[in-house]
Amino acid sequence: MILVQLIDYLRAHLKYVNRVCYVVLAGVAVWGSLVAYDSHHAHTAMEKWPFFWSIFGFLACAIIIVVSKWYGHSGIMTREDYYND
Amino acid sequence: MIDFWMHPAAILIAGALLLPFMQNPVVRRPFLVAVPLLTFLQVIVVNGSPGTYGVVNWMDWFLTFGRVDNLSIIFGFIMSLMCCVGTIYGLHVKNPYEHMAAWLYVAGSLGAIYCGDYLVLFLFWELMAFASVFLIWFRKREQSLKIGYRYLLVHTAGGLFLLAGFVLRYHATGGDYSFGQLDVDHPTLYTYLIAIGLILNAAVPPFHSWLPDAYGEATVTGSVFMCAFTTKTAIYAMARSLAGFDILIPMGVIMALYGVVYAVLENDARRLLAWHIISQVGYMVTGVGIGTALAINGTCAHAFAHILYKGLLFMGTGSVLYMTGKSKFTELGGLYKKMPWTFVFTMIGGLSISAWPLFSGFVSKSMIVAAAFGEHIMWAGFLLTLASAGTFLHTGLKVPYYIWFGKNNCSEETWEKAQDPPLNMMFAMGIASFLCLLIGVYLPFMYGMLPYQWAEYHPYTAYHLAETLQILCFTALGFFLLLSKLTPEAKISIDLDWFYRKGGGVFMWVDRVVFQTVDNWVGMIWDRVGILPLMTISGFWSWFDWNAIDGVVDGVARSVRGLGGQVRRLQSGQIQYNIYFAATVMAVAIIAYVFA
Repeated sequence: MILVQLIDYLRAHLKYVNRVCYVVLAGVAVWGSLVAYDSHHAHTAMEKWPFFWSIFGFLACAIIIVVSKWYGHSGIMTREDYYND
Repeated sequence: MIDFWMHPAAILIAGALLLPFMQNPVVRRPFLVAVPLLTFLQVIVVNGSPGTYGVVNWMDWFLTFGRVDNLSIIFGFIMSLMCCVGTIYGLHVKNPYEHMAAWLYVAGSLGAIYCGDYLVLFLFWELMAFASVFLIWFRKREQSLKIGYRYLLVHTAGGLFLLAGFVLRYHATGGDYSFGQLDVDHPTLYTYLIAIGLILNAAVPPFHSWLPDAYGEATVTGSVFMCAFTTKTAIYAMARSLAGFDILIPMGVIMALYGVVYAVLENDARRLLAWHIISQVGYMVTGVGIGTALAINGTCAHAFAHILYKGLLFMGTGSVLYMTGKSKFTELGGLYKKMPWTFVFTMIGGLSISAWPLFSGFVSKSMIVAAAFGEHIMWAGFLLTLASAGTFLHTGLKVPYYIWFGKNNCSEETWEKAQDPPLNMMFAMGIASFLCLLIGVYLPFMYGMLPYQWAEYHPYTAYHLAETLQILCFTALGFFLLLSKLTPEAKISIDLDWFYRKGGGVFMWVDRVVFQTVDNWVGMIWDRVGILPLMTISGFWSWFDWNAIDGVVDGVARSVRGLGGQVRRLQSGQIQYNIYFAATVMAVAIIAYVFA
């Protein structure tokens, strides 16, 4: 199947895929903050900061992972047969 | 004027009752397709003529089964459409009672959507609960029975809150049982009771734990139905009665984040998706709480889109479970070579729920966030945006990565079994994928059914695109940088269901240790204090009975017996003695009579 071949190809060239991804990321951040930016749509002053939504996205992801894992490992996560179901 | 109004749910109920007689696959399969399709067509016909229909006079009540208006139209449409998709997905299921349960469940949902009063709402509300529990029990695992009972008990409790609420309202208002907007600016006890009944079905914390418990356990097809109907019917009912109820805004935002946090910890793919139902329904609850035209439109749009993409996600992960028997990330991985089409369909669901441009979530979710910002509820807008990053993190990245890529945790048997599912399942996923894209690309398809047509919204603005793409792309960056922290762990997470699951054990412990001990002590004290005197008194009365009462009676008897013995001795058996004694007695008697 073509899809499987494509995925195999991309996995075989992961280094280049990563580079392309970083370029796309930089492109999205620059385009979103400088080119497509329209201050009329911003709801708060913070949104007018450059790269605000890029930083927001990254921090949101990091906060969700770190806080959730901390919460889970504080005693919430337990063995699978805890309830003896 | 329509003289005869056919309720769409009636077609499903009739079909469900006939289904067990359709044993032959040649008949059953076309029947399985035809019934939901006819229901869907009937919904389109019904939606074409807004008004009030199906009013039945029963005892002193006027029950309204058919209220077709701007709110019921969109929900009726998507529910019946999802019924078609779900039934096609389950065409291979041979157990007719599973289809029967699913159709009665959908009939309950349609009945609740088109009803005009609380009595009919309650009737169909309970039908949903009692029909859907079979979709859990039909999994037939050891724990399925327990989980089904828990699900049923929780929903029965919710139903009782609803019932208590509208009975109180009936008395308070002097006989109003119409199902409409409540006075949320001046809430009373019945407002809160009705609200609890509704938000329990919407899985709003702290009444949410039944959802991952049940949806993670339901059958492969059952979870596809369950993920669509219960919570979204509740959202419909809330949009109908609780629009603008302020307290729902913080509850919805907490819900959106709560589901995201637990999804990070989850090891089971279907339970992870269940956690994200809670998160996504949180957006809708917030929308109901905001209550403006744009927010209600957003709620309806997001429910519409959510039913399709969540159904698609459950179909994708359900296909993995159906083919491999596994749904835990720690038992899967690297399946892209074996199940590529399932990966593509699940990915479309993942991109839709993550609100990527051109996919359905982009044009629905943002409407609620825009309504929050528009009403200057900034904290809600930002926190919902934060939760949307979590959505992409899990359903768009974690689920596909740990099932189709990542470390291959498959056993040899799992790997051998893995392949794309049967054609009907693929077809159903194809339809749902197409609809997810259609909603995202062709806006009039869904926007044309929204209840407030005058509240315009344009999702494809440059700013919205820029904002969304930045959030999503940098969430992906965070995912790959923190990938090691996300490695699934073969554990479960304790949630608020701990209170009633362990509570049941505590109750049994209290029963065994406290009540049974007290019972034993009372028994022992009774033996000493109660039984001994009683036996003594009983012994005395026994003695008295034997020697006093029976003595008198027995004494007479003994005297009679003794006399009889003496008399007996007089009996020699010879006739001459008998005549002699008789004659003597007679002579004595005559003399006594003459001389006396």
